[in-house]
Amino acid sequence: MRFAVLRFPGSNCDQDCLRTLQDNFGQTAEPVWHKQSAVSGFDVIIVPGGFSYGDYLRCGAIARYSPVMRAVAVEAKRGTPVLGICNGFQILCEAGLLPGALVRNRGLHFICRQVHLRLENNSSPFTCAGRVGQVLRVPVAHGEGCYYADEETLHRLEDANRIAFRYCDADGDISPQSNPNGSLHNIAGILNEKGNVLGMMPHPERACEERLGSSDGRLVFESLLGPALAATR
Amino acid sequence: MKIRVTVLPKPSVLDPQGVTTAGAMKHLGWENPGRVRVGKVIEIDAPEGRPDEAKLHAICRDLLSNPVIEDYSIEFAER
Repeated sequence: MRFAVLRFPGSNCDQDCLRTLQDNFGQTAEPVWHKQSAVSGFDVIIVPGGFSYGDYLRCGAIARYSPVMRAVAVEAKRGTPVLGICNGFQILCEAGLLPGALVRNRGLHFICRQVHLRLENNSSPFTCAGRVGQVLRVPVAHGEGCYYADEETLHRLEDANRIAFRYCDADGDISPQSNPNGSLHNIAGILNEKGNVLGMMPHPERACEERLGSSDGRLVFESLLGPALAATR
Repeated sequence: MKIRVTVLPKPSVLDPQGVTTAGAMKHLGWENPGRVRVGKVIEIDAPEGRPDEAKLHAICRDLLSNPVIEDYSIEFAER
């Protein structure tokens, strides 16, 4: 499969994404500079983490107006899977491809550590290799990861089963104690209405090898690859 | 002409910076500062004077603030 990994000034997880896709999964993965106005011919588009435009104004607020984002919106509408990780999630929210917003962590600290995630929906192209209730250990690294949306939007997300991941403890229990940043409903990742756009604060690309502390993040890429992965083995 | 756009978190959004700042104000002896919110001010020094109102609001809504979490207000000053 062909993966596009967007690159904005200030992106810093683009290399992690490229490397894990190439080395861990044997896929074609290419960086796409934010000034490009087309991003066609790819099977999956990844909006990686980092500090696009130095987080000026708000996280993702300026990146969303990069030429490439107009092309991403067109591809998303066509059904191409789009995965936004960390700053990528913030950019997708700012761009209106996902509802809600990510605000300053409740505790004000930048959080950089492993967290546990409960898989809540396994019918998306990003999670279909997992089972509902499965617990993943994946790192987070963010200062603005507190998911906020108004009540009506939260209801809509809950009712349509659009919450892909929630922060939980090692046993899969969801509680205020297992919520690292104050996200409403412990939300760590959400899907768009069609299910082909996923935004998540945790970094699955940093958890694809045991020597990095966890390989649970593989689930996201294995889901996307599906039969394509089996074919390369 | 100076245009000053003030952006503040919506009352419904938790503002941990505001809460923390209020706590520090209490430490300095202001027993009940009430609700404190921390936002930002964007100052635009517009050489061509007052811009098209609709365009300015669109920029405030689409770029300078995020209507999901923030409200904005606009002030004009001659200098």
